Amino acid sequence: MSYGPKPWQQLHWDERAAGNFMGGGAGTGLLIFSTLAGAEGTLRIVLLLLSLALIGIGLLCVWAEIGRPLRAINVFFHPHTSWMSREAAVAPLVMISGAASLLWPQLQPLAALFAVAFLYCQARILKASKGIPSWREPRIVPLIFATGLAEGAGLYWLFAPWWGQGSTWAWLALGVLLLLRFLAGSGWYAKLAASLQKRPASLRAVDRTKPGYVAGSLVPLALVLIVWLVPLPASLAQPLQALTGLLATAGGAFFKFMLITRAAFNQGFALPHLPVRGGR
Amino acid sequence: MTRWTMVADLRRCVGCQTCTASCKHANATPPGVQWRRVLDMEVGEFPNVQRVFVPTGCQHCDDPPCMEVCPSTATKKRPDGIVTIDYDLCIGCAYCAVACPYQARYKTEKPTFAYGKMSEHEQARFDEERIGVATKCTFCVDRIDYGLENGLTPGVDPAATPACVNSCLAQALAFGDIEDPDSNVSQLLAENKHFRMHEELGTKPNFYYLWDAKDGKDDEENSR
Repeated sequence: MSYGPKPWQQLHWDERAAGNFMGGGAGTGLLIFSTLAGAEGTLRIVLLLLSLALIGIGLLCVWAEIGRPLRAINVFFHPHTSWMSREAAVAPLVMISGAASLLWPQLQPLAALFAVAFLYCQARILKASKGIPSWREPRIVPLIFATGLAEGAGLYWLFAPWWGQGSTWAWLALGVLLLLRFLAGSGWYAKLAASLQKRPASLRAVDRTKPGYVAGSLVPLALVLIVWLVPLPASLAQPLQALTGLLATAGGAFFKFMLITRAAFNQGFALPHLPVRGGR
Repeated sequence: MTRWTMVADLRRCVGCQTCTASCKHANATPPGVQWRRVLDMEVGEFPNVQRVFVPTGCQHCDDPPCMEVCPSTATKKRPDGIVTIDYDLCIGCAYCAVACPYQARYKTEKPTFAYGKMSEHEQARFDEERIGVATKCTFCVDRIDYGLENGLTPGVDPAATPACVNSCLAQALAFGDIEDPDSNVSQLLAENKHFRMHEELGTKPNFYYLWDAKDGKDDEENSR
């Protein structure tokens, strides 16, 4: 059987693994952003439940992916070096503190703090994957972090306008996060493009994530600016804000889905020297 | 301190895949799983094309990224350098598989057999423990341990040597203790130019590739 030297898309982690990054990222981002934005009343409850549900669905996706789900408890055994163990260790803290803050709102900042740790672990999980150049590039960490926060902010704005909530600064914060995601994505891509020059197929695969962080960031960013700068009637501004939120979230989800399932070419094989045969 | 090392002489390998077959026989791996595989690589551009056969598999790295990421501590490293997997601990998350830069790890989701139905031979060798978990080359650790217990020298005595090395018809594969300056692998490395795969990643593999004699003149065309 011939494998050849060319890298190929890893098949160990599929849509289920992507589901963890999509659900976990958006859920923690929403928990963090809605806490910072000061969501109140029913909206706070709805957003809290949604964020916990997203994180929970993400974890269920991982559980569905592992080969031995009945011994999933072993995931906690190696927090010394494994970011997956660390993510697993933080997950119950997020879920418990998040659920508790449904009843005791004063606990929500603590839940948000755990959510930050969870999101950071997710970013580091990818960075530690040495076999996948597009994941191990260090700039993946700020990119995944910014993506999660932007998705969370997007989800907040998908719901907040219908409850008549959402301050100007929270609106601008969405814009800032979208800009950060775009910049982090561009930086990540620039670095990858330089290192993958000799592996055009790998780079083409990475190109497929671009709509996620380029259009998925710049289009909603333009909408943020329009709604901020142009005086619009509430009947128009409200759906525009929700649409902006939806696009911000969808862009992030698309990026992560493509990153895991399409743009994760492995290292391949390389020979720095060829054998010198015959002659002596 | 012992550090088991494998050496593959790229000048000698003829791509016969006997090592692959031998490994499959020794370790009863299912179809599609090749703990020892031989890459058939075509490098260069016409008309300067060269075909190279590259034996590969787990490199038993000194700094194995698979062990670092493993959340269950199933992947461990023995003092003699062999990277092992505890099938009873592994949860089959495949994190190790994406962390390995050598594509050395496999996860078999369900039992598969060469001809669909389980043959008598496959039935005798089937190991339920290996389903849904990560598997990879073990350097035939059971043979090494058996040999050491019985006063044999791994890499020299066939009963204590990995199956792939025993079977190599071109003697392209060698196995031994790199910490012993008199061992076969130490001698080979001393006499030949060598490299390790993806050395820039800092994994420090214990798998070396020979490509030219030390006294051979530097050949720019063969350095890439």
